[in-house]
Amino acid sequence: MYDGGKIITGLILFVLLVTFPIWYNHGNAGAVPKVELPKVAKECVLPASEMRTSHMQLLNEWRDKVLRTGDRSFDVKIGDKEYQKSLMNTCMQCHISKKKFCDKCHSYASVKPYCWDCHVAPVE
Amino acid sequence: MKYTIPLAAVLGLVFFALLGSQIPGMQYIFGVVIPYAAVLMFIGGFCYRVIYWAKSPVPFKIPTTCGQGYSLDWIKRDRLEAPVNSLEVAGRMFLEIVLFRSLWRNTKSEVHAGPKLTYESSKWLWLFAILFHYSFLVVLLRHLRLFLEPVPFAVGALEFADGILQIGAPTMYLTDATLLLGLALLFGRRVVNRQVRYISLPNDYFPLFLIAGIAVTGILMRFFLRGGIDITVIKTLAVGLVTFHPTIGGDLGAIFYAHLFLVCCLLAYFPFSKLMHMGGVFLSPTRNMANDSRMKRHVNPWNDPTIKPHSYSGYEDEFREDMIEQGIPVEKELPKKADDEKVA
Ligand code: HEC
Ligand code: HEC
Ligand code: HEC
Ligand code: HEM
Repeated sequence: MYDGGKIITGLILFVLLVTFPIWYNHGNAGAVPKVELPKVAKECVLPASEMRTSHMQLLNEWRDKVLRTGDRSFDVKIGDKEYQKSLMNTCMQCHISKKKFCDKCHSYASVKPYCWDCHVAPVE
Repeated sequence: MKYTIPLAAVLGLVFFALLGSQIPGMQYIFGVVIPYAAVLMFIGGFCYRVIYWAKSPVPFKIPTTCGQGYSLDWIKRDRLEAPVNSLEVAGRMFLEIVLFRSLWRNTKSEVHAGPKLTYESSKWLWLFAILFHYSFLVVLLRHLRLFLEPVPFAVGALEFADGILQIGAPTMYLTDATLLLGLALLFGRRVVNRQVRYISLPNDYFPLFLIAGIAVTGILMRFFLRGGIDITVIKTLAVGLVTFHPTIGGDLGAIFYAHLFLVCCLLAYFPFSKLMHMGGVFLSPTRNMANDSRMKRHVNPWNDPTIKPHSYSGYEDEFREDMIEQGIPVEKELPKKADDEKVA
C-alpha cells in the first residue's frame, strides 16, 4: 500500500466526522420539551395535533389576510369567547408565557422566529 | 430512454415508502431498522472502497502537469500545475476539492469559418457543480439541528443566514432553491449537450433523480404537506438514533418516511456508485502525486526483484567494444593500453 499511513488516517478522520452526532451527544438524547399548557382554556384554535405541526402556517395565513384584506375576524369560537386573527391578542392571551411555551419547543428545534423583533411578547 | 428507468426506479422507491410506512408496525422498520442498515452500508462500503483503492499497485508517477515543471532556476515554474513537493500538492488538492479547479478546464470545441478549430473553456459545468455541491452541503449541515442536542451555535447561524430572506413561515431557505436549481441544471446539461447526452448512462441519471427526490420530498414536507410533520417527534427520533435509544413518539406523515427512505437508499447506494468520487478525489493519482519523477526514484511494485537496475554507464561498460566497432558514440573511450594489445 502506497501512503498507507496517510490514507488510513484520512479514513479514520472521515468515519469520526460522519459519526460526529454520536460523539457530540455521547448517549444523552436530552429532554423532550415539556410545554406549559394554558389553564384558562381546554382547546386550542385548531386541534392540538394540527397546531403542533402547522401553527406557523396558520400564523402566516393570518398575517397575510390581516395585512392584505384587513379582515381580522376568525370564525372559530372557543367556548363562548370570540377571537380574532392575531398573534398577541389571540395566541398570547391563552399561552401567556412565551418562555415556557413557544421558546421551549423552538430552542429544541433550533428555530428563532423573528416575529418578536416587532411584536411584543407578554411581559414575564 | 436512458432516463426513464432511473426515474421510474426513484418513483418506485417513493411509493414503496409512502405505502409501506402506513402498514401498522412498519414505522419502526422505516424509521429505525433501515436507517441503521443504510448507515452501516455507507460507512462499511466507503472504507472497503477506499482500502481497495489504496491497495492497488502504483506502477508509475502519473501526475497531470498543465504548466511549466521544475527546471532551471531562471525558468518560471508553475507551482500548482506541476507541483514538486507535498506543500504544493496540498495546495493543488485543496483548490481541487474546495473550488473544483479542474472543471475550469472543461473545454468546448467548435469549428469556425476558415475552417478553424477552437477549444474554449466552458465554465458552465463548474458553475452548476459548485451551485449543487455547496447547496447540498449547507442543507446537510442544517439538518444537524435534528441530530444534535443542544444545537450548536454554528448550526443556528447557518439557518439564520440561509433563511435571511424571511419569506413565509416556516421560512424559505435559499439553499432549497439553489439545490433544486443546481440539480435541474446538471440534468439539463446531460439532456441538452449532445456529446454529454450520448455518453450519459442510467447510472448517471439515477443519483440525480434520487437526490432530487430527497430534495423534493423535503421541501414538500416543510412547506406544503405539514400534516403529521411534528418536528419535536422527528428530532426525538433522530437524536434517539444517534444515541442508540430510538423511539417514534407519534404518528408521522408518510412523506417523512419517503424522505428518510430515499436518504437511506442514497447512503446504501453511495459506496457502490460514481458518488464515491467524494472519496476518490483524494486518491486520484493524477492530482495527488508530486511531479518529481526526476528527483526521487519511484519503484514500480511489479518489477522483478531479481532484475537489478542497469545504469547507462554499466551498459556502456558491457558493450563498449561492440559499440565502437559499430561506430556508436560512447562517453568513455576504450583504455589506451587495451587498444595496443588489440593491435598487437
Ligand atoms: C383559547 C386559548 C388558546 C388560544 C387562543 C390558542 N391556544 Fe394554543 N393551545 C391551547 C390549549 C388549551 C392547548 C392544549 C390543547 C391540548 O393539549 O389538547 C394548546 C396547544 C397548542 C399547541 C400544542 C402544544 C403541545 O405541545 O401540545 C401549540 C403549538 C399552540 N397551542 C400554539 C398556539 C398558537 C400559535 C396560537 C395562536 C394562533 C394559539 N395556540 C392560540 C389554548 C389556546
Ligand atoms: C417588521 C416588523 C414585523 C415583524 C418582523 C413581524 N410582524 Fe407581524 N405585524 C407587523 C405589523 C406592523 C402588523 C400590523 C399590526 C396591526 O395592524 O394590528 C403585523 C400584524 C401581524 C398579524 C395580524 C395582526 C395581529 O394582531 O397579530 C399577525 C398574525 C402577524 N403579524 C404575525 C407575525 C408573525 C408570525 C411574524 C414572524 C414570523 C411576524 N408577524 C413578524 C409587524 C411585524
Ligand atoms: C410543540 C412545540 C412548539 C410550540 C409549543 C410552539 N412552536 Fe412554533 N415551531 C415549532 C417548530 C418545531 C417549528 C419549526 C418547524 C420547521 O422547522 O419546520 C416552529 C416554527 C415556528 C414559526 C416559524 C419560524 C420560522 O422562521 O421558520 C413561528 C412563527 C412559530 N413557530 C410561532 C410560534 C409561537 C408564536 C408559539 C407560541 C404561541 C409557538 N410557535 C409554539 C414548534 C413549536
Ligand atoms: C442526504 C441527506 C438529506 C438531504 C439532501 C435532505 C434534504 C432536505 C431538504 C432540501 C429539505 C427541505 C427543507 C430544508 O432545506 O431544511 C429537507 C427537510 C427535512 N428533512 Fe431532509 N434531507 C436529508 C436527510 C434527512 C434525514 C436523515 C432526516 C431524518 C431525520 C431528514 C429529515 C428532514 C425533515 C424532518 C425535514 C423537514 C424540516 C422542516 O420542516 O423544517 N432529512 N430535507
